[in-house]
Amino acid sequence: MKTPLIAKKALPGQFVILRVHEKGERIPLTIADKNLEKESITIVFQEVGKTTKLLGRLGVGDKISDIVGPLGNPSEIEKFGVVIGVGGGVGIAALYPILKGLKEKGNYVISIIGGRSSDYVIFREEIKNISDEIYITTDDGSLGRKGLVTDVLKEILEERKIDRIWAVGPTIMMKVVSDLTKNYGVPTIVSLNPIMVDGTGMCGGCRVTVGDKIKFTCIDGPEFDGHLVDFDELLARLKTYKEEEALALRLFEESEVGKVGHSKN
Amino acid sequence: MAIVKTKTPIPEQPVEERIKNFDEVALGYTEEQALIEASRCLQCKDAPCVKGCPVNIDIPGFIRLIKEKKYDEAIKKIKESNNLPATTGRVCPQETQCEALCTLKKVGEPVAIGRLERFVADYELNKGYEIPPIVKKYDKKVAVVGSGPAGLTVAGDLARIGIEVSIFEAFHEPGGVLIYGIPEFRLPKRIVRAEVEYIKSLGVEIFTNVVVGRSVTIDELLKEYDAVFIGTGAGAPQFLNIPGENLIGIYSANEFLTRVNLMKAYKFPEYDTPIKIGKIVGVIGGGNVAMDAARTALRLGAKEVHILYRRTEEEMPARYEEIVHAKEEGIIFNFLVSPVKFVGDEKGHLIGIELQRMTLGEPDGSGRRRPIPIEGSNFVFPIDMAIVAIGTVPNPLISMTTPDLSVNKNGTILIDKETGKTSKDRVFAGGDVASGSATVINAMGAGKVAAKSIFKLLTEE
Repeated sequence: MKTPLIAKKALPGQFVILRVHEKGERIPLTIADKNLEKESITIVFQEVGKTTKLLGRLGVGDKISDIVGPLGNPSEIEKFGVVIGVGGGVGIAALYPILKGLKEKGNYVISIIGGRSSDYVIFREEIKNISDEIYITTDDGSLGRKGLVTDVLKEILEERKIDRIWAVGPTIMMKVVSDLTKNYGVPTIVSLNPIMVDGTGMCGGCRVTVGDKIKFTCIDGPEFDGHLVDFDELLARLKTYKEEEALALRLFEESEVGKVGHSKN
Repeated sequence: MAIVKTKTPIPEQPVEERIKNFDEVALGYTEEQALIEASRCLQCKDAPCVKGCPVNIDIPGFIRLIKEKKYDEAIKKIKESNNLPATTGRVCPQETQCEALCTLKKVGEPVAIGRLERFVADYELNKGYEIPPIVKKYDKKVAVVGSGPAGLTVAGDLARIGIEVSIFEAFHEPGGVLIYGIPEFRLPKRIVRAEVEYIKSLGVEIFTNVVVGRSVTIDELLKEYDAVFIGTGAGAPQFLNIPGENLIGIYSANEFLTRVNLMKAYKFPEYDTPIKIGKIVGVIGGGNVAMDAARTALRLGAKEVHILYRRTEEEMPARYEEIVHAKEEGIIFNFLVSPVKFVGDEKGHLIGIELQRMTLGEPDGSGRRRPIPIEGSNFVFPIDMAIVAIGTVPNPLISMTTPDLSVNKNGTILIDKETGKTSKDRVFAGGDVASGSATVINAMGAGKVAAKSIFKLLTEE
């Protein structure tokens, strides 16, 4: 996406909020990469609801109505020693700039990425290029090892001393990773993806409980200490608009079907 | 001629109809009604009303022009001191400002100054406004951060005297609280858009989708502009910090109103942003925002909407007209109750709120009697939606990224009230970001002060 102001400023871990059309909702998406020459940023998303499906319909040269950013605090990129990046689904793309930064700082980077099947394990080449070790898992065994990212993570934690872990992916994955690493006492950073409206600290819709305090993901995060996050609360809050999301998607898909039918006539 | 002791009533949408739509409640005076109301003005020589106006509108002056049916001149007179008359005519708390000081109050009701202001402002908007000629161009540029009432005022005032102004707005649409906060039924968005268009017609450029503090910093703006005005308002919601506040069904008033007003969730699924409305809604707070949230929830289909306020009606900071309208519409007021905790079910949904009864003690710092909890009076009130409207504080993004800008512990920017100057060279501030939550007109008043001293700084160099 060409957006000079954001490309100039974006740092690993930050996100944008965009609106596809004039009647659209504002959705947050993590910045996966940027290109200063082309003044562009890369966004990776999964088509799950109406807005992401609409976004998926767009091609080269198309425009969206609004984009704002970069938002959120950048990742804390320092030399820690041996770090592990755990990525799941589209979270792998969001993990990429963080690991790239960590590698540039001289960390030994171990990547563990996974998904439902091989199609869902994206950014494989990019991640491989900046990793000292890479492990891939799939639920169905279509690529890499059959199983979960946490299976590999557990084995590594049993054998080696790890200085820091980043987990970026579905909320349930970040929860399981955080639960696991707590037992080993390894600091674990997660990048949260709650429901947001403005992304600038003015609505509080993205509030999460971190160590008994209310934090706004948009301005206090999006990265937090995974061992302090109340994931169950976040998982519940993510379902707030389940029915409305399903309705919007159904109406959208019906209108799409209608359009296709119409064009055939 | 005998003095008419009461205000000419303003036509309103009938209650039973308006609670089902988002159209404006007060419909505005007809020409005939405006002329009757204008004739009530005594044209006092000392004009006490003007002293109550934060932007010093020549009130007897514009009312006299209405009497003479010179509406074009009347609106011109208002616009000498007020860039957003269609807005202030609708949302100003006139009862505590201009109208509070009206001489007629000694014998009856004051002149309906706000309604007359609205009448001529709407007259001009319907007819098409005139762009005042710009006298002199200076080779100076000012950046205004935020496009709410303070920012629009600074921009309008500076542009009219020939200074180039760029406004930076974080949202996708300009207007600030006028767009995201105040509901359609009180301030139609077409009015705000028209007022913004007027400011743009003066040559002001507005850049939306720019978050100052993230997309660009104050220091970066200072490299390109001769001065910066911060008018970012008090946009960060305060929560109660009581157990259960993250249950599903609890909104900050900011989120609730932003979803409905800016994002048009009341038109879901035509618009994509959803909102969840409960059957029994509790709105915590007693200000204008609480009234707006309550009346919005009612229009979205809530069966019962309760205001939960810890003091009594007398201490409520809301505008009189909003309280009257809310009552007419069936909002239920519960006084002297304070939230203790929220109660949820096993799925994390709100099912009730534990309240404690209060009694009033001695006046506190705000001059209002302080609520004191009554021990052992707690009870659970069943609600499935709560809207927290207990006030807002300035957004921290600018102070976080501008270390030499002095702020107090709430994040309010410290300014010299006479000039709007902050601790940072060439940086001015005004409106809620410098005063804490207040009114549209106070923010505009602060904007006028800052515009004057910015002009002085830039032209005396």
